[in-house]
Amino acid sequence: MTLDVGDLYQEVILEHGRRPRHAGRPPRYDAAARGDNPMCGDRVEVFLSYAADGRIADTSFDARGCAISIASADLMAEAVAGAAPEEVVQVFSRFQDMARTGACPECDATLQMLRPLAGVHAYPSRVKCATLPWHALMAALQGEGQASSE
Amino acid sequence: MNHIVPAALDVARIRRDFPILKQTVHGKPLVFLDSAASAQKPRVVIDAMVTAMETQYANVHRGLHWMSERTTEAYEATRDDAARLLNAADRAEIVFVRNSTEAINLLAYSYGRGMLKPGQAVLISAMEHHSNIVPWQMLRDERGIELRVAPITDAGELDMEAFEHLLADGKVGLVAITHMSNVLGTYTPAERIVRIAHAHGAKVLLDGSQAIVHRRVDVQALDCDFYAFTGHKLYGPTGIGVLWGRRELLEAMPPFMGGGDMISSVTYERSTWAEVPHKFEAGTPAILDGIGLGAAIRYVEAIGYDAIAAHERALTEHAIARLSAIEGLTIFGHAQDRGGVVSFTLEGAHPHDVATLLDHNGIAVRAGHHCAEPLMHRLGIDSTARASFAVYTTLAEIDALADTLVRVREFFA
Repeated sequence: MTLDVGDLYQEVILEHGRRPRHAGRPPRYDAAARGDNPMCGDRVEVFLSYAADGRIADTSFDARGCAISIASADLMAEAVAGAAPEEVVQVFSRFQDMARTGACPECDATLQMLRPLAGVHAYPSRVKCATLPWHALMAALQGEGQASSE
Repeated sequence: MNHIVPAALDVARIRRDFPILKQTVHGKPLVFLDSAASAQKPRVVIDAMVTAMETQYANVHRGLHWMSERTTEAYEATRDDAARLLNAADRAEIVFVRNSTEAINLLAYSYGRGMLKPGQAVLISAMEHHSNIVPWQMLRDERGIELRVAPITDAGELDMEAFEHLLADGKVGLVAITHMSNVLGTYTPAERIVRIAHAHGAKVLLDGSQAIVHRRVDVQALDCDFYAFTGHKLYGPTGIGVLWGRRELLEAMPPFMGGGDMISSVTYERSTWAEVPHKFEAGTPAILDGIGLGAAIRYVEAIGYDAIAAHERALTEHAIARLSAIEGLTIFGHAQDRGGVVSFTLEGAHPHDVATLLDHNGIAVRAGHHCAEPLMHRLGIDSTARASFAVYTTLAEIDALADTLVRVREFFA
């Protein structure tokens, strides 16, 4: 008997889930926010530091969650590096659409980085795992301390 | 013959009673191991509800026409079924509610606000479902009723010494406790709990949401004061459950919700209440669901609790043996007396990832905190995966679970 893993648990997700590159609480940061998924008890705290021009210099996170939420947080940190806050809002909106529908029309380089998570659309109960770190990032950008996947 | 051997349960025949079990999921045969969340429905339950709609449907308790009388008979027959199931002394002690949650809220409202006094306490355990925690917290905050929590041992059993100690000052007016944990599978020693509680002047509510599915319940033998269960875990429909209470207690309690069906007479100055159980049943009830529950109770009785209990004991023992042999797998709950739910974690894999991968291979389990967050904290974890068993579960399905878990572990290693 072989294990059917579908198209959600791709190697890139497993890799980022197992060995995230942006995990950990940095000694200094400019903004932070926590995201909670009350459905499953998962939580992620996102830390942001800004460059002098107001763009995102660095994102890191401290998470307690599944492979999908950790991989999503890690890929998010890579995707938003160097972006202006208003660009991040755009990326989040397009990422949400991709997570819900699986489709990525006009998929630019940033969305391509996040594309391995598109498979989550086939599991409606898991979409929130992928979007939770983004909700926390949005709250950090807006100076709010708390976000919820609900 | 010196021994009465329970008739073995014919799983193959039982599986034919459940149309859904022929379904495939992600192209694989369905292995449904989430019955503790909600059980599948046998043909007789589906047919009872459809037939009622097709041949005799009308509102109950008020029509003077043939349709209403037939529907009232069918709906009220379920009250007799539930009374027989629980061995209640009186059918009027069966109050229909939506589910166990509503039963407990009814009790927290009517008994808690009507009969308990500020300074008294409600005692629950450390392995309650949120539905047997939150209504008592609301009562505490509103009425100054203390909420006490009896601890559990590391094996997942009620700490009886601590339990008795918490009753010692005589302030506890009500013990509200699960009859079987939905996470650990633990059966609580109900008769002993009742004996000790009564000795200290406390009434006892048993939350039988899980226990009633697996074990014969006799409220007179248990000597408890209230018993709650929900229909949908007992192979019946959603939207219907039962609160059983001793008649004299139900009569002394104020109503829960006001409305039609629960009154004796209404004027703008005052209303008087109907007799029990109708005093607690405001509004048009879940008629079809009630009729379905009757069919479910009769279905369970026809299989027989001796056969059900023996079947589930065999399944649970097999599951524990197979799962505990998997490297990195931890089972939570090792009570001496336990029923057919097994909660576990797998090292290196989050329970949600485990559940999604099992699902992709046709196996449905639950993952999460199981509406028991305080218990998760007690166990020092955030969530578990949980496999739960029913009359239609086979040993081969448990083997499929174990074999797949081995591969899930390899996948995440």
